[in-house]
Amino acid sequence: MSYSNLLECTRRGLYCPAGDFYVDPWDRVDHAILTHAHADHARWGCKRYLAARSSEALLKVRLSNSIDLQTLDYGETLRIHNALVSLHPAGHILGSSQVRIEVDGKVALITGDYKLQPDPTCSAWEPVRCDLMVTESTFGLPVFQWPETQLVIKQLVAWWHENQKQGRTSVILAYSVGKAQRIIAEVVRLCGVEVAKDMAVHGAMLGPNRAYRNSGIEIPDLPSAASLSSDHDWSKALILGPPSSQGTGWIKRFSDPSIAMASGWMAIRGTRRRRNVDRGFVLSDHIDWPDLLRAIDACRPETVWVTHGFTDVVARYLMHQGIEAEVLQTHFSGDESEPIISEDA
Amino acid sequence: MRDFARLYQRLDETTKTSDKVSAIVEYFAESPKADSAYALYFLLGQKLKPTLPTRIIRLAAARSAQIPDWLFEETYQWVGDLAETAATMARGVSSGNPESLSQTVEQSLIPLLQLAGPSKRKSRTSASQKDAKATDDDRLASTLIETWSRYDSTERFVFNKLLTGNLRVGVSAKLVTKALGHWCGLPTDELTHRLMGQWEPSEAFLNALIAQDSSEASPSKPYPFCLAHGLPEGFSQCHSVSDYIAEWKWDGIRAQLIQRSGHTFLWSRGEELLDGRFPEIQQAAAGLPDGLVLDGEILAFGDNRPLPFTLLQRRIQRKKPTAKILTEIPVVFVAFDLLEHNNKDLRNESFQHRREILESLKLGNDPAARSLRCNEMFLFDHWDQMIQQRDQARAFGAEGLMLKHRTSLYQVGRVTGTWWKSKVTPYTIDAVLVYAQRGHGRRAGLFSDYTFALWDQDRLVPFAKAYSGLTNEEIGRLDRWIKENTTQRFGPVHEVPPRIVMELAFENIQESSRHKSGIAVRFPRILRWRDDKSPQDADRLDHIKQMLQKAQPR
Repeated sequence: MSYSNLLECTRRGLYCPAGDFYVDPWDRVDHAILTHAHADHARWGCKRYLAARSSEALLKVRLSNSIDLQTLDYGETLRIHNALVSLHPAGHILGSSQVRIEVDGKVALITGDYKLQPDPTCSAWEPVRCDLMVTESTFGLPVFQWPETQLVIKQLVAWWHENQKQGRTSVILAYSVGKAQRIIAEVVRLCGVEVAKDMAVHGAMLGPNRAYRNSGIEIPDLPSAASLSSDHDWSKALILGPPSSQGTGWIKRFSDPSIAMASGWMAIRGTRRRRNVDRGFVLSDHIDWPDLLRAIDACRPETVWVTHGFTDVVARYLMHQGIEAEVLQTHFSGDESEPIISEDA
Repeated sequence: MRDFARLYQRLDETTKTSDKVSAIVEYFAESPKADSAYALYFLLGQKLKPTLPTRIIRLAAARSAQIPDWLFEETYQWVGDLAETAATMARGVSSGNPESLSQTVEQSLIPLLQLAGPSKRKSRTSASQKDAKATDDDRLASTLIETWSRYDSTERFVFNKLLTGNLRVGVSAKLVTKALGHWCGLPTDELTHRLMGQWEPSEAFLNALIAQDSSEASPSKPYPFCLAHGLPEGFSQCHSVSDYIAEWKWDGIRAQLIQRSGHTFLWSRGEELLDGRFPEIQQAAAGLPDGLVLDGEILAFGDNRPLPFTLLQRRIQRKKPTAKILTEIPVVFVAFDLLEHNNKDLRNESFQHRREILESLKLGNDPAARSLRCNEMFLFDHWDQMIQQRDQARAFGAEGLMLKHRTSLYQVGRVTGTWWKSKVTPYTIDAVLVYAQRGHGRRAGLFSDYTFALWDQDRLVPFAKAYSGLTNEEIGRLDRWIKENTTQRFGPVHEVPPRIVMELAFENIQESSRHKSGIAVRFPRILRWRDDKSPQDADRLDHIKQMLQKAQPR
């Protein structure tokens, strides 16, 4: 089955000839549809953008207030030349979408990054019936099977309380856009909003937090740790910082910190130990192995293009299951996933 | 199992020695003695034998996870830890199993290992043998899947580690013994001695181990070995070489030879009894006076000179050497210390004094006991003389020199300040990276096992594998390069274009018919990444062969 009029993989990214637009291009193009606001998907410098309405605030924080951005509600259809385009929730972060493209009765679905686990900070993933599905495979190995979020949050809170008893600051390394807000929302949901008085964030999270609140997601207005006085008592605090803050001067201000990381990579002992953190919490905004198979099953594609991650393994497995599958070479990585780079995981 | 799995997790999650010690102390304090005995046994790195073949774990895991074998292999290659991969994917309960560690060991682990033990069945044809093996494997896998189903994933992980006999959890024997001392109140050195040799983990053993008065020790019991540190730089500026006694440092098997109660015992540093493997040494030792313990090195030895380590390896592998191999590869025990004489413990005497008594034994003078020798001793007035002597080590088949302080006592373990080793400057060569494979443990998922090649005409011939020597940043950089540049895959092995040159160091070279290159090197490691060199600048195979010729005996 040829999908050449529907979608093709070019040097600048996925391109729809019938609609003359790109999805998450890695180069400056005239017309770009963005699945979500993470830097490896949303590039600056395109002439016109199209994205989900709920991603507007976040995109403007990440790219610029002056971008030419058209938005769609989830499920709303827009004709672009000969293509019918609609966006559907991907459950990855606030405003994340799957892009549905229909040309001459054939449907392509580009999942972008997605997950099936519930997340209070974004709309839940929805299955979309399609002929061609382009899926990510960041965690496309059967060893990745996420524990229930509530269980992980309970472990995280127990760790925080244990640190409080010992007078140690709890520092969680988590991606600034999406993961951090999800953790804040879940902790507050479990412990009550009054615990927010003991919480603070890294300065890099202030903008995204504000964008989440402006989009109607209820998370408390946490202060930047750096804005608090130098003799602040950190012994009961829970602080969130980006993974890149590990080992920097920012972390040195805290009293004897216990450092944890929240990421899907923490499911593997080797990567956890290599990361050199005291604790690893298995919490990912990407789809795990069982859910990946479930999602493909629900969308019933004839062909799957596999990108971003364990592409070879997933494509081979799908072919064994009788689904036509191909590896999509992308700009971002070689043939396999890179636990050191994919910090949004 | 739950408590032991939790102990494992606590030890694994912290890098602080004090946290590790208190985790172990708490386990001892809260567990039944029988459990503590097993925990001690496993934490000290002992394993129950035979261990389960890994193919059973692979088979069972793929079946339990309902995935094809190839997918399990791909996943395992990436995770880099078989016990973990299988534990994570296998099905089981989600909350821990409260049965005691001894229950787990005696009712699940040991029966499984016995089932896996050498089959006594004798089949007539190889076809039916193959069938029988497949059936055995099948039965074992089913039992294992059933066992896994009763544990949660951490327990399955620890259980798998016990099955493969590879618990490693970042605690040294020293740390475990220290924790044991904290718990029972006995000094660590005393406990280290009591723990030497082979013992069965049981409540009775633990009671005897922690008893205030040591009961009659078994005549076979060895002393804890004293270990050396590398000679630090600048040492010669503040120390006088004349305070030290020097001797050759050999590349063999460190061993303790015990002659007590009319019996001879030979122990390796790994605390394994080498009985039967080196009959010529044991025969020679039978003529020694009773109540005597020697510390020394076992070497393959011919023509009055040590033979390469690989030949000695062929001897180690044989529990009962044949007459042929005994003639082909003779061995000797080179004694360098005397720990017990006339049943008297000499460890608190000075090295000089121990050495004098050792020499009075006149080892090797007896023509019937040629397999015993006394290590030659060197005395220097100046450090220059020491360096000069050390740099001749290769010509004598030695690795370098040992320096032992004249007044030093024979202490337990790696004590700083008494015994030093100074190795001869290693060989170095520039080689080209040709293959890479993912590492294990902390380097799981990263390409960190490399194969290097040298030029032979216009072909690159692989000659050495190296795992260590790069910084984490360099490993990360190289890992990305390998992912982006892989040209072919042979299972887990990735082939890369010949572009990266590294300077390798190694200790020794010898001829080898088993290697394509015709040579084998000992302890190869990466010295530095030669960004400044192109692959054409790498060394030729001829070059290393010339090094080999120069190293031949003079």
